[in-house]
Amino acid sequence: MSGIGLTMRQVRYENRAFWRNPAAAFFTFVFPLLFMVIFNVVFANGSPDAGRFFTPSIIVFGVVTATYTNLAMTVTVARDDGILKRIHGTPLPAVSYLVARMIHAALIALVLVVIVAAFGALAYDVPVPWDRLPALAITLIVAAATFCALGLAIAAVIPNADAAPAIVNATILPLFFISNVFFPLQNAPKWIDVISTVFPVRHFADSMLRIYDPTVTGSGVSPTDVGVMALWGVIGLVLALRFFSWEPRR
Amino acid sequence: MTAIEVHGLRKSYGALEAVRGLDLDVQRGEVFALLGPNGAGKTTTVEILEGYRDRDAGDAAVLGLDPARQARALRERIGIVLQSTGVSPYLTIRETVAMFAGYYPHPRDVDEVIGLVGLGEQADRRIGKLSGGQRRRVDLAVALAGDPELLFLDEPTTGFDPSARRAAWDVIRDLAGLGKTVFLTTHYMDEAQALADRVAIISAGQIVARGTPDTLGARDAGASRIRFALPDGGELPDRFGAERTPAGYQLETPEPTRVLHDLTTWALSADTELRALEVSRPSLEDVYLALTGEAEAA
Repeated sequence: MSGIGLTMRQVRYENRAFWRNPAAAFFTFVFPLLFMVIFNVVFANGSPDAGRFFTPSIIVFGVVTATYTNLAMTVTVARDDGILKRIHGTPLPAVSYLVARMIHAALIALVLVVIVAAFGALAYDVPVPWDRLPALAITLIVAAATFCALGLAIAAVIPNADAAPAIVNATILPLFFISNVFFPLQNAPKWIDVISTVFPVRHFADSMLRIYDPTVTGSGVSPTDVGVMALWGVIGLVLALRFFSWEPRR
Repeated sequence: MTAIEVHGLRKSYGALEAVRGLDLDVQRGEVFALLGPNGAGKTTTVEILEGYRDRDAGDAAVLGLDPARQARALRERIGIVLQSTGVSPYLTIRETVAMFAGYYPHPRDVDEVIGLVGLGEQADRRIGKLSGGQRRRVDLAVALAGDPELLFLDEPTTGFDPSARRAAWDVIRDLAGLGKTVFLTTHYMDEAQALADRVAIISAGQIVARGTPDTLGARDAGASRIRFALPDGGELPDRFGAERTPAGYQLETPEPTRVLHDLTTWALSADTELRALEVSRPSLEDVYLALTGEAEAA
């Protein structure tokens, strides 16, 4: 079987195993909606601006959670359980396995995007930006690939599954707070703005806000935002390939 | 034909020398046991042969391939049972075996493999719902999925209850019957004795003895041990050269027939009794303890 055939086959098995744990699957999809509702209520009492902000921002939150957080957690658990070591003892190429995990995470992220966008349209009257579908597709593909690669890279740093939640949350939660995701950055001090621009979450969030903003003209794609994300993706991929470990460190 | 050939194998983890110049050879079609206490270097050795670890020095050829440089080609032809289970709890037995079978160029029929490990009736149950012994058999099924020429079993029955061990042994014997080469590590003497055509004892990273379970450590040719006690006040003449033990006397001799004859002749003429008389030869356990004990003391 070809590399692509093996990879897609592995995606199907990963997907089957994912849905066999319904509690985990349910909360993967409900968690971002929960945040969306809470933020809309708490931060803006349901004003239309809030819905317009929190629909794209929760898409960002959902995609990053489904790729970066999810991959880092599940890969370290699979590594602790010996699943990675066992796979590594077969002829399945390592790349096929890791790409399959990334594709599956990206598919879950895509389902989340659809759910959040639909919820935003129905509950908060935020229209889906159909006219910017190409921009949306480019942004989502680059973002999903980047945060998958970063998830695998951080999994290489995490020594074992017990350490995973602390490390993953410590690396991603602060970025959600300073990157136009959990609340608008407009009143934040300048230095926060500067710091957040270094990291990829901010560029993903700004891209999604732009795509969702009807007052912005043009395609909605910012080469800078997409470029910075892609650069982080490449760094993540290089680190993941260099340091990825099939066995836990104790 | 040789399945595995190893010369001067060395591997250190920092200051710890796990394997210190190990030599061994395994013939095709045999069941070979690497027997040794925990920490002797068994798992390090087997993981080097499986291609999981690089060696520091020495030569290793597994099915004619270098496990460090030709791991991918090697993995198409070997099956591995690790010490721990490593499969998703959410897939069924059949799905799991089919998934692994798909990684190999010439897999064995999925249902045949499941039947071989005796899980035919549970084939559609999820791994997470199986007992520990059944999961271990799934491990074996997964290792067999690719129809390997050579099977590595790292402590396959550790933690088993006695009946599960017997069942696992039967499966391993069936594999040998299929003409597979089996390389197993164990710290159970009885397991090596029950399964292996040949045994090597590893201690402190080196092979200290090798042979068939019957001849290991010159067990067949070695001295017989005679033990007995005399009634209170009885004294054995010095000419027998026996050693005093808390329970009586013990002596070792390569000529048990003559010595026993002398002893019984003396006892009859002295009108005494050789109580608890016992003639034995060293058990595999004696050999093992003596060899591994010596190496540890050294």
